[in-house]
Amino acid sequence: MVINTVLESDVAPYPGARRPDRSWTVDSHGLSIAAYQWGDDTAPPMFIAHGGFDFAGTLDGFAPRLAAGGWKVIGWDQRGHGDSEHAALYSWDADLRDAVAVIRSVTDRPAPMLGHSKGGGLMMALSEIRPDLMSHLVNLDGLPSRRTMPDMPDRERTRMMSAEMINRFDHRRGAHLNSRKPGTLDELADRRAKMNPRLDHDWLRRLVTIGAKEDADGWRWKIDPSMRFGGFGPNRPEWALARLPGLRVPLLALLGLELEEMGWGTQPGDVEPWLPPTATFVPMEGVGHFVHIEQPDRVANLVLEFLS
Amino acid sequence: MTTVHLMHNKVELALHQLADGPGHPLLVLHGLGEATGDTVPAPWQAWTGPVWGLDFTGHGASTVPHGGGYTCEVLASDADIALGHIGSATIVGRGLGGYIGLMVAAARPESVRGLVIVDGPGLAGGGDGPSSGTWFDPADADGSSPDPFALFELSTDTRPADYAMGFLRLVLARSELDAPVCVTAMVRPPWLAAVADEPGVVTESAEAAIARYSAVG
Repeated sequence: MVINTVLESDVAPYPGARRPDRSWTVDSHGLSIAAYQWGDDTAPPMFIAHGGFDFAGTLDGFAPRLAAGGWKVIGWDQRGHGDSEHAALYSWDADLRDAVAVIRSVTDRPAPMLGHSKGGGLMMALSEIRPDLMSHLVNLDGLPSRRTMPDMPDRERTRMMSAEMINRFDHRRGAHLNSRKPGTLDELADRRAKMNPRLDHDWLRRLVTIGAKEDADGWRWKIDPSMRFGGFGPNRPEWALARLPGLRVPLLALLGLELEEMGWGTQPGDVEPWLPPTATFVPMEGVGHFVHIEQPDRVANLVLEFLS
Repeated sequence: MTTVHLMHNKVELALHQLADGPGHPLLVLHGLGEATGDTVPAPWQAWTGPVWGLDFTGHGASTVPHGGGYTCEVLASDADIALGHIGSATIVGRGLGGYIGLMVAAARPESVRGLVIVDGPGLAGGGDGPSSGTWFDPADADGSSPDPFALFELSTDTRPADYAMGFLRLVLARSELDAPVCVTAMVRPPWLAAVADEPGVVTESAEAAIARYSAVG
């Protein structure tokens, strides 16, 4: 089914950015996932998973550059994000099933998989559970490390855990009543700048016009208001690194070295011991977490060269 | 049996009152794939106060959502929402319900007047540490209960012992009760073995647990 995607004429312009050439929805076990394509329909496909609290429209600058290199670039809004349906439940496994539903709606042959941040982690997990779908893996600042859990006394850790649990439970008690806070276009761009401090205001304004909707009382981000940062759970970020040594497909891993709010603080020394011998690893000095948005030409060229 | 319906995000939870009485309430959390029955399960008929049973998301009369995504952490919010309706209660958790009860007791030590962890389906989960990735894409997820996604995702989730111990330490540090956690389960996966071995946790029969927590008020 074709969705009513936001057209280039409806969004705040930004140099080099372009809305997708095609969009459709994929049914993932009853949940509607919005998918997008940049590039020629006859070109070979590659897939990009966006990061947490982002949406496929954040690829408007990066994906056209890859498409210009001869690829059909497929992105999608993860459940609860962008124009995909808000779900009752969210989990890593569910995101992976949604990703496979999108991939299978395009091809049944192995294809390059790219992912940024959380999307990079998802694609690393996909390399283990569905290696049949993957020909290459590109990780865009999505390599975790234990640095996000700093050493601290047990008592302090327990106190923080208690506060996080109470906060989370209180939020869930009222989650069915929540809505995103409205604001002007510039106010939403300013709010996002707190999480994306290295991205310029005109880019963030563009993201508002794609990832938010305008109601009578102002703009609201489309992302499901039941979703929040943080939370608690048993999985540890560094467990994901254990997938790297056994990786079968070629790997390109980019790491932005400038620390910022949305980044994971991973340093080259955290990752290098885990990399397979054939991996291409590119630490990027002077670049933050959003490597593909800050330097779309350089990152697109690295990807195209890697895939060539 | 009477049933109240409570909202948890997009899920309508079914919370059943199975018995009434003059004492303080008991909240029964079922095991994986189970649902609250029509009557108070043995041996909890001896409880003198009201007895409630919650159907978790994807189970019994609660909503079966589209596309899975189950975690124990989100089911803990199911139980917390039920507790918010009841006020305060002793919790008895079967299998999966025991693990979830531990999380709720950690977050709400003032409202959980004792937790009893008993044998039942879904007690072990997917083990103590990371395992090989698993792929599950059911053809029979037709909206009926129990949800096949729940049966898979809540039997393969990781349950590290030190993660469970974090919850237990919160309970022991913050509960007013001398022995806020009781383990009657004979089967003890690593997380529960660690919990049961901790000073301050009692291991005794269900009958003894009923006597212990009936008295706390």
